[in-house]
Amino acid sequence: MDSLRYIFLMRHELILVLVALIILITDLFVSPGRKPRLIKFSLFLFTFGMLIGFLPVQPGTLFGGSFQGNALTDFFKDVLNLAVLIVFLQSDGYLKNAENSTKAGEFFVLILLTLTGMDFMISSGDFLTFFIGLETASIPLAGLVAFDRHKSRSAEAGVKLILLSALSSGVLLFGLSLIYGATGSIYFDDIAGHITASPLIIFGFIFFITGMGFKISLVPFHLWTADVYEGAPVNITAYLSVVSKGAAAFILTIILYKVFKNITGLWETSLYVLAVLTMTVGNLFALRQDNIKRFLAFSSIAQAGYILLGIMGTGGLGMSTVVYFVLIYVFTNLGAFGVASAISNASGVETISGYNGLYSTNPKLSLLMMLSLFSLAGIPPVAGFFGKFFLFTSAGNKGYFILILIAVINATIALYYYLSVVKAMFINKNDHPVPYFRSPNTMRLGLIICVLGVVFTGVFGNIFEYIMSLSHPLF
Amino acid sequence: MNILSLFVAVPVITITGILFTKGLKGARLVSAIGMGIQLLLSVFLVFYYLSVRGAGNLHEMVLMVDYAWFPSLNIHYVVGVDGISVAMIALTSIVIFTGIFASWEMEYLSREFFISLILLATGVFGFFISLDLFTIFLFYELAVIPMYLLIGIWGTGPKEFAAMKLTLMLMGGSALLMVGILGIYYHSAPDGGAYTFNILEIAKIHIPIKAQRFFFPFTFVGFGVLGALFPLHTWSPDGHSSAPTAVSMLHAGVLMKLGAYGCFRIAIFLMPEAASELAWIFIILTSISVVYGAFGAIMQKDLKYINAYSSVSHVGLILFALLMMNKTAFDGAILQMISHGLMTALFFALIGMIYGRTHTRNINEMSGLMKVIPFLGVMYVIAGLASLGLPGFSGFVAEMTIFVGAFQHKDLFYRIASIIVASSIVITAVYILRVIGMFLLGPVRNKEHLQLKDARWFEKLSTTTLVIAIAGIGILPFWLSNTIMNSLQPIIDKLAPFLH
Repeated sequence: MDSLRYIFLMRHELILVLVALIILITDLFVSPGRKPRLIKFSLFLFTFGMLIGFLPVQPGTLFGGSFQGNALTDFFKDVLNLAVLIVFLQSDGYLKNAENSTKAGEFFVLILLTLTGMDFMISSGDFLTFFIGLETASIPLAGLVAFDRHKSRSAEAGVKLILLSALSSGVLLFGLSLIYGATGSIYFDDIAGHITASPLIIFGFIFFITGMGFKISLVPFHLWTADVYEGAPVNITAYLSVVSKGAAAFILTIILYKVFKNITGLWETSLYVLAVLTMTVGNLFALRQDNIKRFLAFSSIAQAGYILLGIMGTGGLGMSTVVYFVLIYVFTNLGAFGVASAISNASGVETISGYNGLYSTNPKLSLLMMLSLFSLAGIPPVAGFFGKFFLFTSAGNKGYFILILIAVINATIALYYYLSVVKAMFINKNDHPVPYFRSPNTMRLGLIICVLGVVFTGVFGNIFEYIMSLSHPLF
Repeated sequence: MNILSLFVAVPVITITGILFTKGLKGARLVSAIGMGIQLLLSVFLVFYYLSVRGAGNLHEMVLMVDYAWFPSLNIHYVVGVDGISVAMIALTSIVIFTGIFASWEMEYLSREFFISLILLATGVFGFFISLDLFTIFLFYELAVIPMYLLIGIWGTGPKEFAAMKLTLMLMGGSALLMVGILGIYYHSAPDGGAYTFNILEIAKIHIPIKAQRFFFPFTFVGFGVLGALFPLHTWSPDGHSSAPTAVSMLHAGVLMKLGAYGCFRIAIFLMPEAASELAWIFIILTSISVVYGAFGAIMQKDLKYINAYSSVSHVGLILFALLMMNKTAFDGAILQMISHGLMTALFFALIGMIYGRTHTRNINEMSGLMKVIPFLGVMYVIAGLASLGLPGFSGFVAEMTIFVGAFQHKDLFYRIASIIVASSIVITAVYILRVIGMFLLGPVRNKEHLQLKDARWFEKLSTTTLVIAIAGIGILPFWLSNTIMNSLQPIIDKLAPFLH
């Protein structure tokens, strides 16, 4: 019975590995001409595996506390699964291109493997599992970013990512080793009691937050983001900006709350500075972008700054607002990237000025893009408003009103560039707008899920209440 | 379903209905029916409210419904109305109804136009029925954002610039507001217990004075931006002059009142101590708004700019009256909200109709139009007279009450401010009469204007409705005034220690 319990607690990770292996093996026996079938097969297999993740399981720990499973981590893994499903649906058109279809199997396998890493990272109960999870998640990403192997930009982005990622992992690991040296343990629960504001631990913490800042692309550790986002295929960029960032933000929150509880004042101060920098720099740089991917990259940097405000609220409220925001962010950002990817596949246009007059030819896509952008900007009644409002409420809980003021001013600046895209689509005239096209059904399904999420996640209060009920007992 | 929630539900259903129409005819028909129902609903609400009050119901708010939305943060969907909000709802229904008819021939992307317009109205209605800061804030932002598309797509002149400027300034205001709201929320339980967003609950407790001093300016300025508080009024002339007719009507008529209403219901009502302490700063600013707006209107040549500046001046007067903090001034402020809402809507409707005929709004290029389009001309004169406060129209009642209230202050500073502000009446007369003289009277100099056709049925319907409402308030002010006065009483009781 015991081994069955193990299997169930780790069901997300095990299924992902299993699905990845099945796809890898099947791929060997599929002739190049029949790759589109492999895409469909992988989609079904993953959807099926995802459903198993929804099974309710008693919380518990494995391997002496290295692996922790509870309702909140399970919920978050389901959110990530959903995000990956949307990414898969949206990549269908991209993968069917003649050049890419031969690599379709690898596409799925690599994404599933990084996801496995992230799931392990989320469930980690000690720094070792955490680090292994993080690395498992990072390395295949470089391959994915360089997926367009004939485009030099894509290859360049891959190299940039792998080099900087290795550097940041090194910094992170150094920090962890200092903390290990100071406390004599790698287990979160054991360390928590020994954390004091001693110079060694503060030193370790700074290295730790630097490494994590790189993964979540906080300013000033963000420099890789725009180049990598621009070089990577749109769907991978979407994956990077949503899944990768969301998972890192989640585990950062857990570690800060659990491990560094004793030096809360210290980490709140550093997050304060990082939040101000991240929001401001992200927004100011986004103002001048014309490439839609770079634009969304800087916008997502700014959004990461808002997440920090939620983290600073601490306690069940802080945790819930972060998870809730990431859930909303999945729908919102994947909606925006989905449209960008549909347009990029159909016509190759990837600039905002290329979107001029889009509403006259593709009204539905334009509306969807507008909804997503409004959600990113935090305009009611779409979900982003609720997500952002609650993040700020969380920061208010600790009395950070000046920080909230800086954040809302930033949100106003951000509104300018989000509206510029709306302006391009709806107001600007263009003699040769992107011609009308019909996206493949899978893409449409992916977009519909995003729309439903953007419209309903916020208005239905139960979703937030559910997350609240999951995270409150933990902190 | 609760009747108040219908005020949000009907517009939403109307919008859904418009989605299924094709072309201008269907869209405008569905909009007119939907907003017609909304108008009937609000008439019903007025009578219902009066009968409830007549029957001796003295509770602060009537028709209250409380539904827990996000229980863990104590966010509720709470609706309820008193005399003030009933009056504002009635105003909004009239303006949006007439606005639909004022845009009866909106050819370009007509479905999208009516959807955005009604979405805007949804936000306004939701704002007036809400009693929870969270929902108030939500509806407030909902009312602002469709404006970008409405001005940007269907506007005239430098519309993209105006739309962006207006949206960013108003959203900047709502950013400040958000800090204020969260500040109020986190000080709503000084004795422990759960924080709340419910304004009736917050009104029962006393927010610590230190917190009030910090958060009052955020809240007041946040709403004040929408009320064109100097020096944050600059969005108003650009925005109003570029906006399509119905949007100018709704925006100057109703949305600017949202700002004033919020200053009153939230900033002053919940933080009276700070309001009374800091009033002098804002009295100076609003006095500047009033006088500067009036002088600004004199200098303009474009009809829409004239009315935009005039709105800055008149809404400044509302804010000024609110800061006087006594019962008479409050009463006058709310009367002025209704009165200015109706007459500025009439102004902008008429300007739109005249512009549709002459294709210019420059008063120097028009003259003697009274002879050619007498109906519109007469209507414009009526609006003008109401605006300069002629007895018999709503403007007189409102301004009179405001100045009587303002003069109740014994303090020298308040007296001087009142005198300066009262002088704006004269300036108002100057710009109104000058404009009427220049473009309505005299000979018709532009021969092309001789061919102009007078108002069509939908234009007559739109303007007549507004004129009836204006004259109604002017002739029977006590009916409205009593409704408002009764509802002011609980607010006055709460503010009593800080009133002058």
